[in-house]
Amino acid sequence: MKSSIPKSQFKNPVINWIDTRLPIFTAVNEAVGTEHPTPKNLNYWWNFGSLAGVTLVIMIITGIALAMNYTAHVDHAFDSVERIMRDVNGGWLIRYIHMNGASFFFIVVYIHMARSLYYGSYKAPRELLWILGVVIYLLMMATAFLGYTLPWGQMSFWGATVITNFFSVIPFVGEPIVNWLLGGYTVDNPTLNRFYALHYLLPFVIAGVILLHIVALHRFGSNNPLGIDIKSDKDMIPFHPYYTIKDFFGLAVFLAVFCVFVFFLPNFLGHPDNYVPADPMSTPAHIVPEWYLSPFYAILRAVPDKLLGVLAMFGAIGILFILPWLDRSPVRSAHYRPMYKIFYIIFIINMLGLGYLGVQNPEGIYILLGRVCTAWYFIHFLVVMPLLNIIETPMALPKSVSDPIFSSGSSGMAPAARRSKK
Amino acid sequence: MYKYFIFIVLCFLPIQSFSAGPSIKGETIDWGFNGPFGKFNKSSLQRGLQVYTEVCSSCHSLKYIAYRNLSDLGYNKSEIKAFASTFTVTDGPNDDGEMFERPGMPADHFVSPYPNMNAARAANGGAYPPDLSLITKARGGGADYLYSLLIGYKKPPENLEVREGLYYNKYYSGNLIAMPQPLYGEDVTYADGTNASIEQMASDVTEFLAWAAEPEMEVRKRTGIAAITFLLIMAVLSYIAKQQIWANVKKKQA
Repeated sequence: MKSSIPKSQFKNPVINWIDTRLPIFTAVNEAVGTEHPTPKNLNYWWNFGSLAGVTLVIMIITGIALAMNYTAHVDHAFDSVERIMRDVNGGWLIRYIHMNGASFFFIVVYIHMARSLYYGSYKAPRELLWILGVVIYLLMMATAFLGYTLPWGQMSFWGATVITNFFSVIPFVGEPIVNWLLGGYTVDNPTLNRFYALHYLLPFVIAGVILLHIVALHRFGSNNPLGIDIKSDKDMIPFHPYYTIKDFFGLAVFLAVFCVFVFFLPNFLGHPDNYVPADPMSTPAHIVPEWYLSPFYAILRAVPDKLLGVLAMFGAIGILFILPWLDRSPVRSAHYRPMYKIFYIIFIINMLGLGYLGVQNPEGIYILLGRVCTAWYFIHFLVVMPLLNIIETPMALPKSVSDPIFSSGSSGMAPAARRSKK
Repeated sequence: MYKYFIFIVLCFLPIQSFSAGPSIKGETIDWGFNGPFGKFNKSSLQRGLQVYTEVCSSCHSLKYIAYRNLSDLGYNKSEIKAFASTFTVTDGPNDDGEMFERPGMPADHFVSPYPNMNAARAANGGAYPPDLSLITKARGGGADYLYSLLIGYKKPPENLEVREGLYYNKYYSGNLIAMPQPLYGEDVTYADGTNASIEQMASDVTEFLAWAAEPEMEVRKRTGIAAITFLLIMAVLSYIAKQQIWANVKKKQA
């Protein structure tokens, strides 16, 4: 009887006993351990997935510590944050980590997404992996917005007022929906209370979707800089120890840069107005969102009509969901797509431009630039991407990951080989 | 690594905030508390406290600072106790249900000049003098802006009509401010004998309010140096480990 039980592979008797009955060690080993084969040619742009995961953990830990000292009430929220900053032991550190952590979470995720766009990681068979990523991104934006409301400064209050007002453009039911979201007719104590509850909830929803994201990732494994399917085992290396140590190195560098902001420029990415307590009777001269929402704010303002503006803003994010079907080129990596590479660079510059325009006053040349950049954002996805498949001639693809790296100058793929050797 | 280095260097450029609203270019002071190793000047903080107490505090509160926090300025316990006891704090209710007045204690927060915002408005022609605890963090331009504002009361241009209750200030957005000129020079007699010029007082009170906004600053920067040093060593060691572990993969490629 005893021999019929399938035994775990682990040597340690305790781990073996547990793993035989509950295979969590096997699961971890297959997720990020020696049993997870990974392409051996991943570059440093592939570090940002694990960095995003670490950042979420940092946010949840500091967030829970903050929640222990925060009071979600319009009369006390601002004071309780100042109490955290001044009287709670290490409170300033926890809050500055959480505050700047939000920005760095977005920096990491934006780089992660830009990586995916460049190397075509969203293409078949990884469409659902990409879509789950966009869901995480949406949840992150919602969580960040809710969290920004909690200190109850001027930007918190007026940002919440502006963003919840988007929903009022919905025909017929717009106003009731806004009232339902706010728990009243204006942003007030019920709004703060529900925003706090949801801000605490959503990170755990994000963690759940991340699990799905990882399951989807492991179905076909990581894409790679060459964007070709990996056929041979000799092009794969186990995740541990190769990518665990590489990710650890990346984490050390990331945390060092993060610390520069936390300790030396803690308010650089914030707005001074949020150190002024919320005052419903006085509107700030300029209501601006946090930088990571700024490109979409620029799109909203670029459209003169309120309803169309809101639709354009949500459409700008929604378009990401259908990206795998807009880009029909079978070649994944921009390495082998000379035209896409140029348009990719233009797209990134355009995106940075939108981010800049979103925090400027919409006057003079900025209005025109905002419209041009917004138009280009949609043209890139709806016109350029589908069209490129027709007019672009991709370079010849290497046969395997080892090929272009090992044997430069072999026939048929010389330009590609030289390119990827840098 | 090179890119990261450039990034870090860029980070230390003296930019106040990513999205600070447009403000009029004012004076730029080389504050001792700027930069990664910046520290507050204790004698300047003490003089600044004197300026706040004798001038600003007649209208502006400083409610997030407690008297006990003044130990940061170099005062000892008995000095703080003596200073706090010069203020009258309303406390209560007592066992009879009555509010009563008592001298301030180190644990009390700075006593506000007005009981509430409406009283503050009523006494100041409708304008509310803001609490100063966070003022250098709550204004684009920070300490430089505050200093500029304090020395920015100049003769208005001839074509500008200055309404009753407003005052011309070179550095205030829109140039018309509801706060009358607070400093004229020699408004206080410094205990340490420093000449109380308008620039000196403006600079001292700005330093004091910069401390009030960020009392953790010195500890923060010190911790930051230690944290970043640790992380850089960790980065170097993990990079060496990474090269070691990857050696056999790289060798097969060569």
